Amino acid sequence: MLAQANAQLRLTSIVRAIQLGVVVILFGGWVLITSSHAVNPLFLPGPLAVAGALAHLTVTKAFWGAVGVTAFTTAVAYAIAVTAGIVMGFFIGRSPTLTAAYRPVLAGMFAIPITLFFPLFVVMFGLGPGSKIAFGALYGFFPVVLNTIAGFAGVEPLFLRSARSQGATRIQALRHIFVPGAWPVVLSGLRIGFFITFASVLGGETLSSASGVGHAIAHEADLLDSPPMFAWIVIVLVASVALNLTLSFIEKRAVRS
Amino acid sequence: MPPAITVDRVSQLFAGSNGAPDATALDDISLDINRGEFVCLLGPSGCGKSTLLNIIGGLIAPTSGGVTVGETPVRGPLPRDVAFVFQESTLLPWYTVLENFRVSLEFQDRKTGWREHSLAALSSVGMEGFANFYPSALSIGMKQRINMARGIALDTGILLMDEPFAALDEQTRLVLGEDLSVLLARTGKTIVFVTHSLAEAVLLADRIVVMTARPGKVKAIIEVDEPHPRSPDFMLQPRFSEVRNQCYELLRDEIRTTVDAMREARDARAG
Repeated sequence: MLAQANAQLRLTSIVRAIQLGVVVILFGGWVLITSSHAVNPLFLPGPLAVAGALAHLTVTKAFWGAVGVTAFTTAVAYAIAVTAGIVMGFFIGRSPTLTAAYRPVLAGMFAIPITLFFPLFVVMFGLGPGSKIAFGALYGFFPVVLNTIAGFAGVEPLFLRSARSQGATRIQALRHIFVPGAWPVVLSGLRIGFFITFASVLGGETLSSASGVGHAIAHEADLLDSPPMFAWIVIVLVASVALNLTLSFIEKRAVRS
Repeated sequence: MPPAITVDRVSQLFAGSNGAPDATALDDISLDINRGEFVCLLGPSGCGKSTLLNIIGGLIAPTSGGVTVGETPVRGPLPRDVAFVFQESTLLPWYTVLENFRVSLEFQDRKTGWREHSLAALSSVGMEGFANFYPSALSIGMKQRINMARGIALDTGILLMDEPFAALDEQTRLVLGEDLSVLLARTGKTIVFVTHSLAEAVLLADRIVVMTARPGKVKAIIEVDEPHPRSPDFMLQPRFSEVRNQCYELLRDEIRTTVDAMREARDARAG
């Protein structure tokens, strides 16, 4: 047991070292390329310039305003995606007929680049958060609904037969078999859905918007002011990594118990 | 006193898929099973023995005929009278062994004293030390032992077992068979046990119902006059071999028929 634990520990540290190595190489490459003036600083400013812009940016009111808009838009869009996805996924996944009918349709729709319809959303819901909410909610809905269907449709029928023979009511079967059985798959759909919603909101803001983080990035790009643009990108990167770590942690905890 | 289970002229048709003709799974089966009796349904694969078991337990409604448990006509599951043990473990993987017992007893609407009751059932099969384990940490044999203990803990007069030991290796199978025989002698339950193992049927059953190839009919009923609890040593006695051979003779042609039918179906599909 101990030898096994040691081997596991060694494997983990090797994996961590490789991951750290990738980060070091990327950052080192950035420093090297920019300090040797191999590329125009207009396209890729050095880390110091970006850090300076970052320090400037985070103390402005406009910064927190943009972050607030994007956070709000993402939260509303995600809430809609999750509610619609889980409710629909539950009803479809419980019925083999509906699953057979709708699963391929929804998977097919998810494969369409919905970004193409974004201009339509702007026409319908305007330049404000409305169009981004609709766009993010629609895109994030698909992974949630597809995983919810997969989760509920994949519940072992023998467990249900056994529970029925023991006299389980519908509510009891739902509570003790359907929900815990479907939960891990639903949860990973929720995680994927979140990042798709987040990316769609940012993308929508970049394409056409009057506010938000995506809008700020596009705005700096229009002004050819690359240090603040990269400062924004660094913020989005850090936020994504932090959110991903948090959600993965929650997912692992929830699935284990 | 009426028999524990009365199967009265039960037939079962399954609708053919893709334009295939309807298949008769069971053809006019009648059978009385007495209280405290251990009956094995023995037959070639596909003869409808599991279907018959599901009909007895109210999980499938027969196309015609009916089943009576005690004096109650079966129209659905009877959780207080009939418990199932299936071929594969039905322990929910997200609950510990003890939580699985609690949930099953809750399904049965029994909420008090479940802990002591469950632990007693677990210790009757020597598994009380694993009460707080998750099923994934247990071997297949241990899981089936626990499924058996749960079937008994449900305190029903009737236990229906659908090839419960089929996934186990032969040695584990013998040990669990012996345990079952001991438990049966102690609890006096009525057991209907589906198997396609001749040795298992002879080792465990008071009566063996030999079924024909599809459509399943009762071909013969063989009595095994040996008191429970039985030990695997029973297998060394000449009488064991005699009954076993008798079963084999009855079954031989049915197995042949089944294999031929499978071959024909395959050729028809290929041609």
